[in-house]
Amino acid sequence: MATALDAGGELEPLTIPPISRTTLALFAGGSGDHNPIHIDLDVAASAGLDDVFAHGMLSMAYLARLLTDNFPVERIRSYTVRFAAITPIHGQPTCAGTIRQVDTVDGERRATLDLTVTLADGTTTLAGEAVVALS
Amino acid sequence: MPFDPSIIGTSRNGGTLLVTRDRLRLFAKATGQTDPVFIDLDAATKAGHRDLPVPPTFFFAVSLEAPDPFDYLADLGVDLRAILHGEQAFVYHRVACAGDELSTRATITDTYSKKGGALNFLVTETVVTNQDGAVVATLTETLVQRQIQEVNA
Repeated sequence: MATALDAGGELEPLTIPPISRTTLALFAGGSGDHNPIHIDLDVAASAGLDDVFAHGMLSMAYLARLLTDNFPVERIRSYTVRFAAITPIHGQPTCAGTIRQVDTVDGERRATLDLTVTLADGTTTLAGEAVVALS
Repeated sequence: MPFDPSIIGTSRNGGTLLVTRDRLRLFAKATGQTDPVFIDLDAATKAGHRDLPVPPTFFFAVSLEAPDPFDYLADLGVDLRAILHGEQAFVYHRVACAGDELSTRATITDTYSKKGGALNFLVTETVVTNQDGAVVATLTETLVQRQIQEVNA
């Protein structure tokens, strides 16, 4: 794997195509989150919004792809994010991760990663961290 | 309006989700996941899994599987349109795969307000167990109730 598994190592960023309304509809079904604020323009408008916006969990799922692209799913110990900004429809997220530290916990070498999702205009929408076992 | 702190400690059972390959493939499609480990049974078994593995954030779907997963918010007097997702955490205990039957139990663990009650926070811890009663993952969700302006159609 190309990743440098030492503190300061960066994962290769994962760039996501602009989020479409179709993606939000599919994600509502796939994720079980049927909150109409994400898929029904009428409901969004009734709450004073200009348009629907993406589920926060969609971006968290994209960011999880960055994790599983680099580490087998069974090695992910924890994964936490803070949702810092709404992702508008057609937003184009980029997922990035940096290894903050590597240490040994319960006899297991683990890396702690700092994670972000940013949009093309520079807005950070998610910030978080994950702990993964290295071996 | 801030939530009544007496809700802290209240629990509810979520739904049960029998994880199917088809549902996991739909989730993969929706999230642009093309890694064969999450889509193709041969790739999954070659990677050492019993079946297609559940991806890291799919456990959130289990908590939404109840017939009306947001009714507890309605009971708290919350307009779903005013809810934002503030934070989400997962702690993983074991891998779940297609074929597993996952269940949740959710407990409200905290509530607090910011900006003079303009933002009200609700923290819920959800434990996901499998068909053997083993804990698969623990989720901590922070929801934010903001003020919205009602627009008449």
